Amino acid sequence: MKKIIKILFFAIIVRPIVFVILGLNIKNREKLPLKGEAVIAANHNSHLDTMVIMSLYPLSKIDKVRPVAAADYFMKNKFIAWISINCIGIIPLDRSGASSQEELFQSCHEALDNGDILILFPEGSRGVPEQMSRFKKGLYYMIKDRENTPIIPIYMQGLGNSLPKGEALFVPFNCNIDIGNSITSFNNSNDFNQQLKNFFESSMR
Amino acid sequence: MFGIAQNSLNGMVGILIILVVSTLIYLYKQNSNKQIDYTELRLRIKSWWWMIAIVFISLTFSLETAIIFFAFLSFLALKEFLSIIQIRHVDRRAIFWVYLAIPVQYYWVSIEWYGMFIIFIPIFLFLFIPIRLVIIGETNGFINSASVIHWAAMLTVFSISHIAYLLTLPIQNELAGNIGPVLFLLFMTQFNDVSQYVFGKLFGKNKIIPKVSPNKTWEGFIGGVITVTLLSGFIAPYLTSLDIFYGFMAGFIISIFGFFGDVVISSVKRDINIKDTGTLIPGHGGILDRLDSILYTAPIFFHFLYYVKY
Repeated sequence: MKKIIKILFFAIIVRPIVFVILGLNIKNREKLPLKGEAVIAANHNSHLDTMVIMSLYPLSKIDKVRPVAAADYFMKNKFIAWISINCIGIIPLDRSGASSQEELFQSCHEALDNGDILILFPEGSRGVPEQMSRFKKGLYYMIKDRENTPIIPIYMQGLGNSLPKGEALFVPFNCNIDIGNSITSFNNSNDFNQQLKNFFESSMR
Repeated sequence: MFGIAQNSLNGMVGILIILVVSTLIYLYKQNSNKQIDYTELRLRIKSWWWMIAIVFISLTFSLETAIIFFAFLSFLALKEFLSIIQIRHVDRRAIFWVYLAIPVQYYWVSIEWYGMFIIFIPIFLFLFIPIRLVIIGETNGFINSASVIHWAAMLTVFSISHIAYLLTLPIQNELAGNIGPVLFLLFMTQFNDVSQYVFGKLFGKNKIIPKVSPNKTWEGFIGGVITVTLLSGFIAPYLTSLDIFYGFMAGFIISIFGFFGDVVISSVKRDINIKDTGTLIPGHGGILDRLDSILYTAPIFFHFLYYVKY
């Protein structure tokens, strides 16, 4: 049932907005991981980021793609929580610091073990439109012990102008997307974040 | 058949025949030398099939679908233009109003209010965009934003809406119907692109504007102008209300201004250092890469016809 709701939501609402109203220019599309387990690490400028990445997937695979999102924001009221869980299929993440690291990532690990594709935003928040914030270390701690999980960086440009943080006015612009090579080996969190940053900077025009 | 005027129907069949022949030539070439990679050509021809199918279906279905189609084309072109240039983040609020101007402009077309159609963007939107920018209050880069946003609206909304207005002009040539002049304009403009390219390839020596477009030559330009002028003289009486003499003139101006539309968009791309304006049409690039010459020929041909015949 959940799967049907998600497919309908993307087929009827999200994909027309993403492909007709926005329009995508996709570079290196073949690098998109079509099979789990995998982690997508993207820059974050807008609520549209998640919708655009998920729209890159065929509808038949969409229930395997799951964004990891802040519980305090997306679970704050019943309506948004229902949409987040049923239409988008988020994995809520507790940012309050109350849970231990193991508890924190437990549902992420379960999803990855289940062959899902997770979407994470290492910047944490959407921040200033069209500007890169400093990366958090959460993603590194989550994947450092999972040697077989490929991490694929995706850079998106333009969505911060379409629907920036704190604004309700939606203005269509084309979105440029660049998909990078998977990051496989890294020494520590700084090294990992540096590799991500290098890819994002090389994709900027 | 389908309620389409006879000559327009024949014109469309003619275009489809050209398309079938080009496809056959491509298939023959690909089969005779398998070492050469024809992917680009294949994508180009495939996209031509799609584009022509979409244009023909929207033109023949009804007047309303045709007007909505050209409005949508304006939307895609405007969005592409505003996405490739540098804008200030605050400009998004002014740009929002330009998007809203698209349905309004095409509404004037649909109710055939010529006076409003012809001044709405050059005057009202022209005055309104700076007002909206003033209310935003960011003066740094104000001149640049006001100019660029209005130029984008003129190129993509005002110009393209002239094609739609051609459809609503009173029919003077019953055999051509209302879509005859549109087919004439679109075909001649595209045929001009192809002719200038072919003559340039065959005889091209002297570069015409090397800084903007190194592949454009005087030989290609002149060859295209002569071919299109001659052909127009014979096709115009068939698809429009123009006679053979005015047909030659129409072909002549379509050819000259088609060239300039092409190089204007080339200059835009040179300025921002991009090769294509987008990736919407495989093998062609973005929508502006395909529409470049039409942005100039549409208003020019429309006002020529309007002056001579209405």
